[in-house]
Amino acid sequence: MARMKFICDAERCIECNACVTACKNEHEVPWGVNRRRVVTLNDGVPGEKSISVACMHCSDAPCMAVCPVNCFYHTDEGVVLHNKDTCIGCGYCSYACPFGAPQFPSQGTFGVRGKMDKCTFCAGGPEAHGSEAEFKKYGRNRLAEGKLPACAEMCSTKALLAGDGDVIADIFRTRVVTRGKGAEVWGWGTAYGSKQAGQPQGTQSNAPANGGK
Amino acid sequence: MRAATFLAIALVLGTAACTERDQSLYQGKVENGKPAYEGTGVQAFTAPGWTPGDRNSWEQELKTRAQRGQNDYSRVSN
Repeated sequence: MARMKFICDAERCIECNACVTACKNEHEVPWGVNRRRVVTLNDGVPGEKSISVACMHCSDAPCMAVCPVNCFYHTDEGVVLHNKDTCIGCGYCSYACPFGAPQFPSQGTFGVRGKMDKCTFCAGGPEAHGSEAEFKKYGRNRLAEGKLPACAEMCSTKALLAGDGDVIADIFRTRVVTRGKGAEVWGWGTAYGSKQAGQPQGTQSNAPANGGK
Repeated sequence: MRAATFLAIALVLGTAACTERDQSLYQGKVENGKPAYEGTGVQAFTAPGWTPGDRNSWEQELKTRAQRGQNDYSRVSN
């Protein structure tokens, strides 16, 4: 049985935000809500790393554990979804989530907080698959259309992988083994010069002069 | 014979506490009874290559799609 997961390859992510844009466009997500975001560590410093973050569809989801009205549920594929008709917009899930996945629209039913919105792994919600009601509340149901999440399929560098955990783990493993690391990576010398940027001085002499090409 | 029976009962009772906790994936109540492989019923948006309602073909389509679209090493070698 498939267990749907995301993996983001920090070595490949170029912070283009195409995943964010694809998600917003595919699901017509309103202003102020970002189901997916790109986070950059050491921004502007050589060796900076970016990672695309959204709901990770945890197997033992903290949001599900703290929800006082039990609006969350798992699908057969391990996707964490929620029912907006049950959600009371309390925000507990937002505190519990380590990834900041739950989002709240600035103009909603309950004062300024509104009902929670989050990444659905493009799997819709409890309404009938592909229905207009489902689209309005949760966005497109690409999984039921036999497609993978739009963010991963749109990723230009294929940094963001989505799909069955076994399959994408295999893709990622092959990639890591093939490309090597640091100055062994193709194009490193062009981007950062012959030395391995961001590494301690003592280790730089190991970098090949041509950047590993 | 009696000792063997006693030993067997003791073993059964002794290992009864060694059951494994339920590790099934499902939590909460699955609200929509229809699984994703049933499809949306909208042919125009459904990806070709699988049959709605057939779980195996749906899973295979997603696996193929993941490899074809995301594994650039296999794409280059093909």
